[in-house]
Amino acid sequence: MSVALEFALTAEDLWAMAPLLVVTGFALFVLILDLFLRPEPERKGPLVWASLVGVGAALVANAVAPAPSGTWVQGMLRVDLVSKFLNTVFLLGAGLAVLLSAGYVERQGIARGEYYCLLLFSTVGAMLMGMSADLVLLFLGLETLSIPLYILATFFKRRPASQEAGLKYFLLGAFSSALFLYGIALVYGATGTTQLAEVGARLPEALGRAPGLVYAGLGLLIVGLGFKAAAVPFHTWAPDVYEGAPTSVTAFMAVAAKAAAFAAFLRVLLGAGTGTGAVPSASASAWLSELATAWAPLIALLAVLTMVLGNVVAVVQLNLKRLLAYSSIAHAGYLLIALVAMGAGTPATAADATAALLFYLLVYTLMTLGAFGAVVVAEGEGRSENPSLSDLAGLGARHPWLAGMLALFLVSLAGLPPTAGFFAKFYVFKAAIESGPLGLALAIVGVLTSVISVYYYLRVAYYAVVARPAADADADASAERPFYASGTVWVGLGVAALLVLALGLYPTWVVESLVQGLSAATAAWALP
Amino acid sequence: MSAVPPDAYLVLSAVLFSVGALGVLLRRNALILFMSIELMLNAVNLAFVAFARVWGDLGGQVIVFFVLVVAAAEVVVGLAIIVNIFRTRETVDIDDVDLLRG
Repeated sequence: MSVALEFALTAEDLWAMAPLLVVTGFALFVLILDLFLRPEPERKGPLVWASLVGVGAALVANAVAPAPSGTWVQGMLRVDLVSKFLNTVFLLGAGLAVLLSAGYVERQGIARGEYYCLLLFSTVGAMLMGMSADLVLLFLGLETLSIPLYILATFFKRRPASQEAGLKYFLLGAFSSALFLYGIALVYGATGTTQLAEVGARLPEALGRAPGLVYAGLGLLIVGLGFKAAAVPFHTWAPDVYEGAPTSVTAFMAVAAKAAAFAAFLRVLLGAGTGTGAVPSASASAWLSELATAWAPLIALLAVLTMVLGNVVAVVQLNLKRLLAYSSIAHAGYLLIALVAMGAGTPATAADATAALLFYLLVYTLMTLGAFGAVVVAEGEGRSENPSLSDLAGLGARHPWLAGMLALFLVSLAGLPPTAGFFAKFYVFKAAIESGPLGLALAIVGVLTSVISVYYYLRVAYYAVVARPAADADADASAERPFYASGTVWVGLGVAALLVLALGLYPTWVVESLVQGLSAATAAWALP
Repeated sequence: MSAVPPDAYLVLSAVLFSVGALGVLLRRNALILFMSIELMLNAVNLAFVAFARVWGDLGGQVIVFFVLVVAAAEVVVGLAIIVNIFRTRETVDIDDVDLLRG
């Protein structure tokens, strides 16, 4: 496949870009709208609405844009079931993050147009990563995602903790980007192209000619993305950054950056080998058969380390944001299992594993944002800048519904039925067991570490639902400490809770349609 | 007159990249760390140009422009963060920036 020297954009190209263009347009609109609003934080309401409308419009554009599945814009953008599903996940995450942010940033005095603008630009970066059919676009998406997040992490300009979070995130993020980029350079050197489908097609030959370049390049790509996904041993930045950054930013970062990293994993590890950019097909299994034996054990090792360390260290955390940071590290481990299952199995089981990974990303986004909602309402004037578990005490008495929803998210994070979190883990472990002995071993570790996680999640739920504030000297003062449950937080948590319940009761709707779509794609594209 | 073989550029690129990576891992001053990261990016650029030459493909050289733009954007944000830290703490030594731990 050679790229013709044809620079005209077709209508399909524009439709393929439509969700990206909508979000970008609204990000710029938010920035301009901000100029017409008075500078007081409580006057920034229209920005929230504009951002929400933008996210909603992009969701619609993503669902209905008449761009056929395929590779558009000079072989750069991939439109398929995977990209559409990932876009939905990113946009849902962005919308919920805006809802959680609205009251929070106002109260903290950081409600500025740039906040929502950067949030939307970061979402565009994540979407670019999910849609990329070319390593260069993947890199640009990674940077479009990360650079706004560096700024957002340090958005409390005068707070030392936030400054430190920004610096750490920036230095490690830029370092990992450089590693990722060198990986791209080496893959380009080995194959002479950066288009993922072409890379996959040329790999068998490249493996014969320059195996060192291929393996080194692949290793650097995995390490670079491992940093972004906060997989052990590349996780060291995550707890500090999550703790120091504004809570609403942490919530968005925990879901968007992680989901985007796994979108990139999906595109690089499997898309490259298939010529389809979606799931492995029989016609191009060279990358899988020869390279999966190299990367599957490596990813499996990362998965075990990530699950064990994330869950064990989370047990001793008393700070809510740090606890959720280690929880998100642990969940990266379960997501890595799905990647191994994709690489280690046959094309049929790989479709199952891909569907499981996508479903897990959706559920993870909803329940993690929901759990961070608890930190948002427990943080503010008269309360800790950095809530610990005991700061949640009294939530159940004051806001029983809120405490109930929080308990639902925590039960889901722990992976207990009948919530979506249970089925997310169930499908991942099922796909892993079907993929072979390596997957089976990983599934066993996954189940054991999930048992550990039940303890610390339910401890948070206990504080939120049951515990009363400690009767200290100024009991009246502590009884008056309000929880900051603004209207938007209620809406955001309500939507997330409903979706977690619905996906927990009817998970097969989503998963079966994903599996069918992916299997059909495999069958169609496997033909020569 | 014999040309320098492409391999030499690739070796130089690998050496520069390693120097940069070691700088990030060993130095403690945020600005030096930042310079080391820039060195890594430029080493990658050299690799891209060398590979583009080997393959006779312009694509690799075009990528360098993208990398330059991204690096420039990173410089803007990174220096702003570092200056902001310096204003509050009057130090950019990352061992002194240790509020968050555990």
